[in-house]
Amino acid sequence: MALKGNLRDFSTTQLLNLVNLARKTGKLTINGLSENASLYFREGRLVYAATNAQEGHLAAMLLKTGKLTREQADAINNQAANSSDRVMGKYLMDARLVSRDDIVQGVKDYMLEIVYDLFTWTDGDFFFEQDALPANDRITVPLNLDNVILEGSRRIEQFEKLQDELPDLGIIALKITDKPLRDVKLTQDDWRVISHIHPRNSVKQIAMNNNMDEFQIRKIVYGMLQAGLVEIIRPEGLEQKKTIAPITRAGRKAASQSPAEKRSVVTKLIDRIRRI
Amino acid sequence: MQTVKMVITGPFSAGKTEFISSVSEIDVVTTERKISSDAERVKEETTVAMDFGRITVDDDLVLYLFGTPGQRRFDFMWEILSEGMLGFIVLVDSVRPETFREAKHILEVFRGYASTPYVVAANKQDLPDAWSPEDLRIALKIEKDIKVLACVARDKESVKTVLLELLYSILENMQGDEA
Repeated sequence: MALKGNLRDFSTTQLLNLVNLARKTGKLTINGLSENASLYFREGRLVYAATNAQEGHLAAMLLKTGKLTREQADAINNQAANSSDRVMGKYLMDARLVSRDDIVQGVKDYMLEIVYDLFTWTDGDFFFEQDALPANDRITVPLNLDNVILEGSRRIEQFEKLQDELPDLGIIALKITDKPLRDVKLTQDDWRVISHIHPRNSVKQIAMNNNMDEFQIRKIVYGMLQAGLVEIIRPEGLEQKKTIAPITRAGRKAASQSPAEKRSVVTKLIDRIRRI
Repeated sequence: MQTVKMVITGPFSAGKTEFISSVSEIDVVTTERKISSDAERVKEETTVAMDFGRITVDDDLVLYLFGTPGQRRFDFMWEILSEGMLGFIVLVDSVRPETFREAKHILEVFRGYASTPYVVAANKQDLPDAWSPEDLRIALKIEKDIKVLACVARDKESVKTVLLELLYSILENMQGDEA
């Protein structure tokens, strides 16, 4: 099954949320207006990221993330330019230039820099190739997408986008899902919002309680929604939208039927449709 | 004579007219007009008021299928069409992610009209670029207890399956209400 489209219609946040929830394995390619990016996932976790604008070999990653100096990176490139990242990593550790933790952190920071930048992209065709994985010589670091989505959502600067995603704040409340919060990096503002979540509090009420403006509260709620930490409910006490009484003759007849008669109608419909 | 009604809704060009045509025993009564907007010119004509199909069960019972107009400027028709419906089907064009947000909006509006059961039909599953029903469930944030079904609106068997699944949901709902 294809998973393709454009970021104009389905944002980076929504895409990562989909990959996360569906625990997808594969490669997501995004062709932006000036740059192309590839993200690789294994069972819903980000394991590798690259762009066509940046050299994605280990020495370049470690240079970019400050784990190596320019001189060290140049020297390594001269000596081991054709080595795989794994071989180069071993060489760097043997030469005591970096530790194993430095490599892991360097690759992780490099990936995050790429993926956070994608949250600001608003246009670009995307395509997901199921089960495609990075080349074996690449060093992969599995990253939980919950935190990535939360942090990325904080970087969204488009009010219109957030307005589209969340309806009128006065008529929605939040419910905390059963997803564990302990592994998620929440900010102080996130916690302030969480502490006011109650079926009787609309999102507008939560914002007022925390002295947050509409943009602030939308960003926080959007991030938590996408990361699956909260879900939208109707506030308690808010009048349910009217249920339309059947006004047709047939409708009135249906409304006056006993449960057994109603069931019989549905059973007849089922039998009839099976025979079409 | 008792008549019952199901509503087939969804964004512009999702396949609602085709869906009803596949199972209706009469030629579907459509109120189509030439497309005037360039942005929506993915097909030549669109439904402006409603589509109407019929399935006769017996001398005493008839099922009507109403298709809603897809364009938003005709959404004043939605509430009228939803009156007294037994359930509704939200048809989604699985190959056009640009319509997913609209599909979600329509779903929420219809949920607001009445608390009747509904299913989501992921149409055009025969096309290579179709998003899977599982991905659509996540993209549209459909709750676990709502069925998201693969569908090809021009295939009668596929349409029958969607209608039957909705009827099973209606039946379960009735049994749940009685318990």
